[in-house]
Amino acid sequence: MARINSPDDLERIRQEIRSRRDPNEPCVSICVGAGCLASGAGEVLSAFEAEIEKQGLKAEVDTKGTGCPGFCERGPVVVIYPEEICYLQVKPEDVPEIVSQTLEEKKLVDRLLYVDPSTGEKATHEYDIPFYKNQERIIIGSNIKIDPKSIDDYLAIGGYSALAKALLQMTSDQVLEEVKKSNLRGRGGGGFPAGRKWEGSRNAPEPIKYVIVNADEGDPGAFMDRALLEGNPHSILEGLTIGAYAVGSHEGYIYVRQEYPLAVENVTIAIKQAEEYGLLGKDILGSGFDFVVKVHKGAGAFVCGESTALMTALEGRAGEPRPKYIRSNVVGLWGRPSVLNNVETWANVPLIINNGADWFTQFGTDGSKGTKIFSLVGKINNTGLVEVPMGGTLRHIIYQIGGGIPGGKKFKAVQTGGPSGGCLPEELLDLPVGFDELTKAGSMMGSGGMIVMDEDTCMVDVARYFLNFLTDESCGKCVPCREGIRQMLKTLTNITQGKGREGDIELLEQLAEVAGEASLCALGKSAPNPFLSTLKYFRDEYEAHIKEKRCPALSCKELIAFHIDPEKCRACTICDRKCPSDAIKGGKSLIHIIDQEKCTKCGTCFEVCPPRYDAVRKISGEPVPPPIPEEARTIVRKRKQK
Amino acid sequence: MDKDRIDRIIDKHGCEPSYLIQVLLDIQAENNWLPREALERVAERLQVSMTRIQHIATFYKAFSLVPKGRHQIHICVGTACHVRGASRVLDTVEGLTGIKPGETDLDLKFSLETVNCLGCCALGPVVEIDGKTHGKMSPAETADVVKNYE
Repeated sequence: MARINSPDDLERIRQEIRSRRDPNEPCVSICVGAGCLASGAGEVLSAFEAEIEKQGLKAEVDTKGTGCPGFCERGPVVVIYPEEICYLQVKPEDVPEIVSQTLEEKKLVDRLLYVDPSTGEKATHEYDIPFYKNQERIIIGSNIKIDPKSIDDYLAIGGYSALAKALLQMTSDQVLEEVKKSNLRGRGGGGFPAGRKWEGSRNAPEPIKYVIVNADEGDPGAFMDRALLEGNPHSILEGLTIGAYAVGSHEGYIYVRQEYPLAVENVTIAIKQAEEYGLLGKDILGSGFDFVVKVHKGAGAFVCGESTALMTALEGRAGEPRPKYIRSNVVGLWGRPSVLNNVETWANVPLIINNGADWFTQFGTDGSKGTKIFSLVGKINNTGLVEVPMGGTLRHIIYQIGGGIPGGKKFKAVQTGGPSGGCLPEELLDLPVGFDELTKAGSMMGSGGMIVMDEDTCMVDVARYFLNFLTDESCGKCVPCREGIRQMLKTLTNITQGKGREGDIELLEQLAEVAGEASLCALGKSAPNPFLSTLKYFRDEYEAHIKEKRCPALSCKELIAFHIDPEKCRACTICDRKCPSDAIKGGKSLIHIIDQEKCTKCGTCFEVCPPRYDAVRKISGEPVPPPIPEEARTIVRKRKQK
Repeated sequence: MDKDRIDRIIDKHGCEPSYLIQVLLDIQAENNWLPREALERVAERLQVSMTRIQHIATFYKAFSLVPKGRHQIHICVGTACHVRGASRVLDTVEGLTGIKPGETDLDLKFSLETVNCLGCCALGPVVEIDGKTHGKMSPAETADVVKNYE
């Protein structure tokens, strides 16, 4: 491929790519993001290729593995162009029917369409499905349209036009002003205005500067950055290059965790392609601006998502943070000004340049502009990635888009902001989602994880879970974090194990205050948040654990027991057969009994007991009834007695 | 792991000390663990001290200083999987294999690790064995899957 030397060249090549493609030609797009791959999207893609070949349609029909469109719950997701028919949960055995019916005869395969659970209506197109309809997908919406390994696909949807505009039609000052005017705030957690960060670097006297993509997405339950980097790597490169131009940097880094091998692969391919096209490297688009990008793999340390720790890791050392008397945008990587932004922040940049700050600021609230991608997970019907304008309510996201809580359970809390965030209760469901609003409520935006919890989730256990995670991930450099979080975890673990004592809550509050005030970096400073927010909104659960040795959610293993109700058991033997620890004394026509000594409380019996019997009970805070005597176990005899 | 392979990895990264972590990651990927001789070679070629290498090799989760088992079990304990019961799945696997996270059994059959989100939250709880993802796992199903590995 020839180098692109000017914006005119770029437009010419874009037209060439578009003219080679017939918009009316059928194309089968399959999400091959990590979620769908795990559900078997790879096999579906191969099945399509084989079937299309077999039916002799190879010349007419294109197949494409694309990035993640977000609807992970119903993966593998298949979209058929040009009609944009959306099939969900497609299996390889469905493929011959799709090819013969939809591709050849232009008929729908009804059973693979989305069915609205409330109305029973079917949706043919992606945009008819409520999950998508209620979103504003300006960033993630492109994922399903392009093969992330093809720069031509990105060019065909208008890619790199923002770069051309920035480099050739705008001065670096104007680019910076536009980003400042858009009030784009960092999507990685802190919410610091990107434009101000850039300006600080630009004004720093040191001539060599760096720009960095933070793709060390470590929040458990958050995967929007991965979806972007895997699904549309060129958009991140384009944003990064524009940022570099505004700041005056000629070297960029992408720090991506090695747990995301597909993201590493796709972004590495994208860099190579961009270099071949002359969109990275020397004299980009004939503008005289030089810029190179390197990929660094993170070796697995949550703290490396913190800016100074990440830069230390880039230098090839153990990623420990440093005090930030001077911000890293002035003294960062190798002591030089370094702009670090999160993947999603960079992805917004080309949109702002192309459409202008005024377009961008129409989305969102006063303090939080634009859209935000959330990963909506946990006890929710539609698990997936959701992009909404800032300022929408939690209720809208959880119920309109997420489809509510599965199994008729009751909503209890939603956790936002990852391990540094907090849990918000039902009373706050109408809270608008924005940086400042969430912080005020005791949680935070974080990178956008949104974990929904129902009545079966124990809030003390959730706090323990996050502190366990943070104890593990604390780098150990400063004492308040290393020792403080550990002590908090110890006390919380005791509480969940029924060993809580009067005064534990006050002790935890003290520890939380010290860790929050005195820790070196945001990891330790925000570590008490999961505890503080659950205490604020669910204090009764803490008290039940400590005073009554009872877990109200029936979740803490040490505080619950399983018991088979002798009145209800019909001796169907299912639980006996499924019990992994041989703890159920079963037998034909004999009421089953759980041996409390052997029971590991895995809950399998509770789950497999047929609902029509509903004989297994979870109990907490009360003694387990004694097993019924041997002679009373025979079910037939019992019936006769009646 | 022979010297040539290590040298090739080091050269691929231009023999740059700032690429130390990348070099160790590649060795880990090829060899599944970091033998002492390999680390000594890296120290010699990159001119970095063994203490710094030890620091890095123990700081980051990706590295192992002991050999790993034939099958790698990764249990996702990310928040989404946790609220859907990942700890019960983990208990089951610990019971079956007799090892805790971070350990390898004496026959080098299984290595068990917990991971904090594989990004397949729709499928939680998720167990990944040798790169194959098993979704929506219950303790009983997990036991069935793990028993299949030799």
